Amino acid sequence: MKKFLTAILFAPLLAFAAGAELHLDRAPDKSNDMAALQNGAKIFVNYCLNCHSASYMRYNRLKDIGLDDAQIRDNLMFTVDKVGEPMKIAMQRAEAKAWFGAAPPDLTIIARARASEFGSGADWLYTYLRTFHRDESRPTGWNNVVFANVGMPHVLWELQGEQVMGEDHKLKLVKPGKLKPQEFDAVVGDLVAFLKYMGEPVAEFRKQLGVIVLIFLAVFFVFAYALKREYWKDIH
Amino acid sequence: MSKMNAILQGTLNWVDERFPLTKLWKEHLAEYYAPKNFNFWYFFGSLALLVLVLQIVTGILLTMHFKPDASLNASGVPVAFASVEYIMRDVPWGWLIRYLHSTGASAFFFVVYMHMFRGMLYGSYRKPRELIWIFGMIIFLALMAEAFFGYLLPWGQMSFWGAQVIVNLFSTIPLIGPDFSLWLRGDFVVGDATLNRFFSFHVIAVPLVLLGLVAAHIIALHEVGSNNPDGIEIKKKKDGNGIPLDGIPFHPYYTVKDIVGVVVFLMVFSVILFFMPEFGGYFLEYNNFFPADPLVTPLHIAPVWYFTPYYSILRAVTYPLFGIDAKFWGVVAMGASTMILFLLPWLDRSPVKSIRYRGPLYKGFLTAFIVSFLILGYLGMLGPTPVRTVVAQICSVIYFAFFLLMPIYSSLDRCQPEPDRVTSK
Repeated sequence: MKKFLTAILFAPLLAFAAGAELHLDRAPDKSNDMAALQNGAKIFVNYCLNCHSASYMRYNRLKDIGLDDAQIRDNLMFTVDKVGEPMKIAMQRAEAKAWFGAAPPDLTIIARARASEFGSGADWLYTYLRTFHRDESRPTGWNNVVFANVGMPHVLWELQGEQVMGEDHKLKLVKPGKLKPQEFDAVVGDLVAFLKYMGEPVAEFRKQLGVIVLIFLAVFFVFAYALKREYWKDIH
Repeated sequence: MSKMNAILQGTLNWVDERFPLTKLWKEHLAEYYAPKNFNFWYFFGSLALLVLVLQIVTGILLTMHFKPDASLNASGVPVAFASVEYIMRDVPWGWLIRYLHSTGASAFFFVVYMHMFRGMLYGSYRKPRELIWIFGMIIFLALMAEAFFGYLLPWGQMSFWGAQVIVNLFSTIPLIGPDFSLWLRGDFVVGDATLNRFFSFHVIAVPLVLLGLVAAHIIALHEVGSNNPDGIEIKKKKDGNGIPLDGIPFHPYYTVKDIVGVVVFLMVFSVILFFMPEFGGYFLEYNNFFPADPLVTPLHIAPVWYFTPYYSILRAVTYPLFGIDAKFWGVVAMGASTMILFLLPWLDRSPVKSIRYRGPLYKGFLTAFIVSFLILGYLGMLGPTPVRTVVAQICSVIYFAFFLLMPIYSSLDRCQPEPDRVTSK
């Protein structure tokens, strides 16, 4: 009865927290950290790519983060044999829907889709992946602070351990995992950095090209302006 | 060398006897006399032309790879949505083409809004340029249709639900509404039929109309000649050869000047394109990176920034009238807010054209209008609250008052005398 009352009292608060205001932790920026991106790719392939596809992302695109074809084939490819294949999964969507209630979404551009006025998509993912907690009322036994009543269980529980939501609305680690909290945060940071990279693999090159284009336009401006002045010098 | 010239001259003569090439060149460029006192605001006409060409060229390239297909692929993603990501990843330079097109869409509206504001500042819509303004207004409406159709194509959540909301607006029309919106969609919900017809409109129908109208806009302009920041007619003062004293040939003077404008524009454009292509969710809405899902309604459906002022006016109408739903009158108000601009040439009764010589009344009303327009635009991006609705209602009233009261305040205003010749302030 007491539990039921608290649930009724706090349900609107939780709804408010989930809907109106979202406090996200800032994801560390590892866009240019190749070791972190490679580690993120490894975690992604091992923990995520069984249920989630990344169907717009080809394996050999991972050359962007400093891997060669052989490394990709030996370490990251479990279900396909051609490096030009996209990261698809064997699980059928209809079956997945029956098992989880909703088919797990494709994750290729999840880091772009989850951006909002509360923070970047990377911030959302970084917070989401670290705030799973035990909730016996859920079919999976897990709930999440950022994504209320999420269908996905805590896939990284082995690494993080088990958290519970305290009366004070703070998460407490009750059963430690393989990693210390700081180590786990770093691993999630790597994974999120990879998801961010995968959302737009061309992003770093795009910025580099932008600098060159702007330098060109700046030089062009000098000549264009000189030409205009030359023509207009007699117009008063 | 002289032999080469003779061949070129001969070829030109051959063409000129069959097609007025030299005549067109002279009438529209080398001997089109434009006022010599164009300022900053006059860059936006040529920039609009530049962005139009950019959108057409990038659009042609995108059409080669985009697939207007709402069915799901093996990974459960709509084919249209997946083809956009294919362009972003697997098509060589596809990401650049796509960002040029998506940034170009917002740039088009920015440039056109600035161009229209220039017309309002200097009275460019006044006699004898009413038709230029009318053609321009139809271009603006066609551009809005073009943007609306194009926004559905990536088939993301905002594409889908935005189209759903806008098409549903038509279902508020009494009697025929529901059937009319069904006919527009070609289905009971926005679906594959809608995607394909919007694709057709976006790549063929509307661009054809746009190009024809742009030609008419420029032909009409070159017939009467350009206005200028002083709002006086340079053709009233001509030299012995019939050339306006304050006129200079468009080419080379304004071609070289516009190149400078183009370079500055491209620098701003490149900063957005290369460093912030989503522009904080305003140019590419974040929610549109989720594929369209008819079963999941987003909490907050906001149109892209260039539609938000009119969307605010739509939502500001909350009173039912004559037993018809308030939503219908909202649609009427939204339609009226764009159509009323057509009447501008006849609403303005001021003895002068340019803001430089207008009195405080017009300046006050124009400022209030611009401020309301910006506030309406801002509110249109946010969800409605009671306070916001009241603010939107006040701004909508100011928006319409600017036009409806114009015959009164523009004729009562204390204007300053116009100069005889253009000034170079």
